[in-house]
Amino acid sequence: MDFINAIILFLNYTVIPALTYGSQLALGAIFVTLVYGILRFANFATGDMMSFGTMVAVLLTFYFQSFGISFGFLPTALLTIPPAILAMIFYMLFIDKFVFSYYRIKKSPPVQLAMVSVGVMFVTQAIIRIIIGPFDRRFFDGEKFILKANEFKEMTGLNEGLAIKSTQAITIFVTVIVVSIMFWFLNRTKTGTSMRAYSDNEDLALLSGIDPKKVVLITWIIAGILATIGGVLYGLDKSYRPFVYFNNMLPIFAAAIVGGIGNPFGAFLGGYVIAFAEILVTYAYKKFFTYLLPEFMEPDSLMQLISTDYKFAVSFSILVIVLLFRPSGIFKGKTL
Amino acid sequence: MMLYKNIIAAYSIMILLIIAVGVLQSWTIALTILNYCLISAVMTIGANIQWGYAGLINFGIMGYTALGGLAAVLVNVPPVKEAWKAGGLGMVVSLILIISGVYIIRTVLRKFENSKKKNYIVAAIIIIGFVIIRYISGPAIENIEAVDPAKTGFLGGLGLPIIFSWIVGGLFAAGIAFIVGKIALGLRADYLAIATLLIAEIIVSIIKHEDWLARGVKNVIGLKRPVPYEVDLQGSTWFIDLVEKFHSKKLDLITSLSERQDVLNQLVIDASSVYVKLCLAGLFLTVVIILLILTQKALYSPWGRKMRAIRDNEVAANAMGKNVVKEHLLIFILGSAIVGIAGAMMVTNDGLFTPGSYRPMRYTFVIWVMVIVGGTGNNFGAILGGFVVWFLWVEAAPIALFFINFFTSHLDETNALKAHLIQSAAYFRFLLVGIGLLIIMRYRPKGIIPEKINIKKI
Repeated sequence: MDFINAIILFLNYTVIPALTYGSQLALGAIFVTLVYGILRFANFATGDMMSFGTMVAVLLTFYFQSFGISFGFLPTALLTIPPAILAMIFYMLFIDKFVFSYYRIKKSPPVQLAMVSVGVMFVTQAIIRIIIGPFDRRFFDGEKFILKANEFKEMTGLNEGLAIKSTQAITIFVTVIVVSIMFWFLNRTKTGTSMRAYSDNEDLALLSGIDPKKVVLITWIIAGILATIGGVLYGLDKSYRPFVYFNNMLPIFAAAIVGGIGNPFGAFLGGYVIAFAEILVTYAYKKFFTYLLPEFMEPDSLMQLISTDYKFAVSFSILVIVLLFRPSGIFKGKTL
Repeated sequence: MMLYKNIIAAYSIMILLIIAVGVLQSWTIALTILNYCLISAVMTIGANIQWGYAGLINFGIMGYTALGGLAAVLVNVPPVKEAWKAGGLGMVVSLILIISGVYIIRTVLRKFENSKKKNYIVAAIIIIGFVIIRYISGPAIENIEAVDPAKTGFLGGLGLPIIFSWIVGGLFAAGIAFIVGKIALGLRADYLAIATLLIAEIIVSIIKHEDWLARGVKNVIGLKRPVPYEVDLQGSTWFIDLVEKFHSKKLDLITSLSERQDVLNQLVIDASSVYVKLCLAGLFLTVVIILLILTQKALYSPWGRKMRAIRDNEVAANAMGKNVVKEHLLIFILGSAIVGIAGAMMVTNDGLFTPGSYRPMRYTFVIWVMVIVGGTGNNFGAILGGFVVWFLWVEAAPIALFFINFFTSHLDETNALKAHLIQSAAYFRFLLVGIGLLIIMRYRPKGIIPEKINIKKI
């Protein structure tokens, strides 16, 4: 019985939160990796682009709520994702047309494009803060829990409860669907193949008649979908605050590089690697071991490897280690 | 000659702008802006050495600034004796253990051949060392943080004048830059940018959360200034006489004696804050000029030519027998050290250390915008960039407010849009700086004052 209690405890406090957080990171990391692989620059505006999409969704949610429109037990924000994606794609294409395309046609070095993306980051941040302000906004509504800890305890008669928040279930479910569709698109369709070819060898792809404009357009569309969905899911699970989104750029970059930048599947797994590492290293194992070990061996300290203050630092250290020993990432990067 | 005309013109405009602020707003604000401009200029000199001379992207400016600030605390604050008694021994032992651990790992890495066994040994040493250090330092840290937590709760510093911290801050930053450079400099340009940014985040989060070191997010206040305090000035007769003499014409017009005294008191209060800021500005200006002379000398020396050769064509420079790796590391350390000095200067200016305020937006990206806008590879340009961008960053809100009021003047006071815009006037600084960067990158990619290398023609 103690063993099952320990497992439930572990699931409740580490595995489920890590899967949720990992999914949110994974969507962002695929976005980074796609832009890096096809458009060939590190996009420092990643966090703020996600923030922009989320902002549209938040505003639409408030607008819908004022009319009394809701989505039953699901959060209203899910209804607002499609229009938010449209707005996001429109914004990205606008930025691309007036900012990025000039440097792409001129074949500027990636560093210059990265610097330009810093400028885009500033502008996007300004737009977001002017429109919605820098404050914390909660836009979650609907049923909060799928499975409550108390109900679970009554059902099974265990000491430990397993609680599943509906945002966690939605995040994991939506991520699985979006990512599967994306991989099907990249691997099985003609357009997807042409994108991979373009990423692999631009000159060869151009020779074989692939239209670069179309590839760039599709890339931004996919990027818009990923950015908005990733951003909204994160906002639903935690809350929406522009500054937090900007900071999220850093673990997202870490996930993309750990997985092997340019490789979407690597980025997908990289998100989970970062999330699990952050949560497993900072989790206090005291209660877990109290269940597992006999009484005389019970630990008196918290059994925490590193305090939770260093959550971010953990993922960055992993990145540094990966860069030191396998600069191309866990899965070979730079192929799509 | 044309080049110098441009530089002089650009700097004159900048100085006129600051004087305009002094006349239109107040001299205190103008001098505050000037001081921050000078500190930013030191930072841009550091970033420009790395990016302009050698083409290295260091997005870790934030981390080195924070290290400089930490140095200011550790040099200036008097030592907390009870804290040293409570846990000083444990911390010293931990420090010795860390150093010896690093030394052991180094010898293992050198002595043993590359094999799986070696990796396991290194991993084992790290894990065991980590556990032992946690065991020794844990109680020590708890004891230290328990010593009067509202006021101290940390080991304190050396109690020396804060000016020394400018050098110590540079050394701190240089030391960390050496380690970071060893780790990250082999990476390609954009990877290097990301890696340095993330390492800087790690540094800042350590400073934020190790309360025994510098109180963490509880902040350290009341650092002693290297210049006189306003209160002392207001009490000293020579200063009051000076102010009286300076404003004698204005004061002579007032006939009533008590009224005259009131006006004089107000003038003395204003003048004291201006005087303090002027003293600081003098100190900062000295640093900027010294650094400018040194960096200019370096730029036109054989070493500077070598760096440019490495920047422009690494492979060719390598083939000519230049040690690219060593030079990159050297310039990375030098640039970071200058940023560290700027960090210590900034804490000196503020008189307080707030680790929570070190955010990448303000301390990495804005500095980078300064370098790019000002002129990559040109020290005069970089300093000008520091001035221009900081000026815009501070004055954006008043400018935005003016334009909002101008364009919405036909709207009602209670209009929702107008109220919203006025409320968010502060965020127009992001817009202004972002658009400025985009425009400069598009139409003047080399910056306001571009790099100019005189190549003698045969």
